[in-house]
Amino acid sequence: MIEVENLTKKFDDHVAVDNISFTIERGEIFGLLGPNGAGKTTTISMLATLLKPTSGTARVNGFDIMTHEDEVRKSIGIVFQDPSLDEELTAYENMDFHGRLYRIPGNVRQRRIADLLSLVELEDRKNSLVKTFSGGMRRRLEIARALLHEPKVFFLDEPTLGLDPQTRNHIWEYIERLNKEKEITIILTTHYMDEADRLCDRVAIIDRGRIIALDTPEKLKEGIGGDVVTLESRDIKGLYMQLSKSAWVEHIEPHDGFITLTLHNAERHIAEIVRLSATNGIDIDSISIHKPTLEDVFLRLTGRTIRAEEADIRDRMRMMHRLHHGR
Amino acid sequence: MMDIVYTIWLRNIKRYLRSKSRIVGSLGMPLFFLLVLGFGLNSIVEIHGSKQGYMDFIVPGIIAMTVMFTSVFSGIQVIWDKQFGFLKETLVAPVSRLEIMLGQTLGGATTAFIQGFIILVISIFIGSAHHTTISGFLIASVFMVLIGLSFTAFGIAIASKMEDMHGFQLIMNFVIFPIFGLSGALFPIDSLPRWLQSLTLVDPLTYGVEGIRYGLAGASVINPFMGFVVMAGFTLATVALGTILFRKTGI
Ligand SMILES: Nc1ncnc2c1ncn2[C@@H]1O[C@H](COP(=O)(O)OP(=O)(O)OP(=O)(O)O)[C@@H](O)[C@H]1O
Ligand SMILES: [Mg+2]
Repeated sequence: MIEVENLTKKFDDHVAVDNISFTIERGEIFGLLGPNGAGKTTTISMLATLLKPTSGTARVNGFDIMTHEDEVRKSIGIVFQDPSLDEELTAYENMDFHGRLYRIPGNVRQRRIADLLSLVELEDRKNSLVKTFSGGMRRRLEIARALLHEPKVFFLDEPTLGLDPQTRNHIWEYIERLNKEKEITIILTTHYMDEADRLCDRVAIIDRGRIIALDTPEKLKEGIGGDVVTLESRDIKGLYMQLSKSAWVEHIEPHDGFITLTLHNAERHIAEIVRLSATNGIDIDSISIHKPTLEDVFLRLTGRTIRAEEADIRDRMRMMHRLHHGR
Repeated sequence: MMDIVYTIWLRNIKRYLRSKSRIVGSLGMPLFFLLVLGFGLNSIVEIHGSKQGYMDFIVPGIIAMTVMFTSVFSGIQVIWDKQFGFLKETLVAPVSRLEIMLGQTLGGATTAFIQGFIILVISIFIGSAHHTTISGFLIASVFMVLIGLSFTAFGIAIASKMEDMHGFQLIMNFVIFPIFGLSGALFPIDSLPRWLQSLTLVDPLTYGVEGIRYGLAGASVINPFMGFVVMAGFTLATVALGTILFRKTGI
């Protein structure tokens, strides 16, 4: 459904997307994960024909993104990372505008708008101006709008950023249903790793414009090799020296204020970890054991965490930016 | 083609009709000019070689000003669409940039024409343009439409080159106000010193003002046919420029 070959985008000297290649099958839910500035939005923008690649090619629904822009545009629906509704129009008018732009005949247009607005539970607000909508309502409307022309491929760039957990679940439910019922291929980015884990058939982890891992969430987590133990302490260095000597530690990595270990049968080794640090006079502030998550995969591969809180702060800063530079 | 242009036009009109405060607000300055200059100077200023009073003289100028400022503003609205993200929605649709550009231009010109028309009606109420014929009104309307089209396209061209509203003051002070000031909207161009007169003659708005003046008052310094040719040429040029620059604009 999507074939990407050596796709590269440079902004002046800065390489935002660096020679990436991958294929996405029809009906797949594919996740693009990566820290801020990794190049996720840039990749999606190129696939959606909004940005010209510096080099490389891609085909979406069989059409080349450079030579068959219009066919690509007809094949895709997209929910942008940043808001893209006209706030001075009503929900219905935003939908209607979209339907007319995609040349959907009047009667079909009206029926689909009604169906989709009820799908996202906005039919009772269809004649309200969008500026009176909450963040979650706007997001649902954007999703409904992007589906109006029945796209084969659906791009969702951080569709749940900054929303409360309940609304987030709601949105992911729609998306899963769409994928199952209509066999739509879905490419999404999110900062919520647990969501990516639950939804995606496969995920690509992008860092600094490169794909550093691509597999099913299960395989990626298996790659961690064992359980993950996180220790918080003020003496990371001392702890690291002690623990890295132990043979049962598969992997150890110091971070800022905490240390992560990977080991098999972690429960059995906790006592020993505590004893080791006590005899060496190192205070441990907290210990946690868990099965590997995509978060751990991410941390292992990039040395950085990708946290939801981070995303929330960024979202707020974006809004502030808008307020300052808008009207 | 026309269905997309209509869709974009329709959005502009809906937004316009909904923003009551903007409609009233943007009539403020022209009304101020009309009342203060018109009534204030009517008794002391005499237009050389003409029987008409100053009020009758500046009404076409104020109408042209209203149309021009409204259309430049609606053209520049594209920056807000860029900042509020709505532009992406249109750019990712399977429609050409030309269609988007034409829809915006027609939308902006329509709203500008309506604003100018409101000023015209107010002027009639305060006693101006009483001897104007139907064909005179039509001629004036043609020039109002041309000013609307060309300056909306001009605004879009500017907006395509700007990232945000920061450069807006600069454009207003060094481009838009000079175009208005030099246009002969507020003074008769044939009484100017020669060097200034040649400046007014390269200002496209001069031909628009004079065209409206011909329509409403039945007499103008510039031949209305020549005025029409210049304005039509200017409109084609700005629409072409706007289309080229808008085509290059990114998200
Ligand atoms: N229009 C642009 N001009 C210059 N640099 C850009 C532009 N757009 C993106 N970049 C740069 O390209 C890099 C990748 O940006 P991109 O928006 O694709 O990241 P992202 O993975 O979507 O990040 P986020 O999680 O913050 O949305 C960043 O370093 C960014 O600064
Ligand atoms: Mg992004």
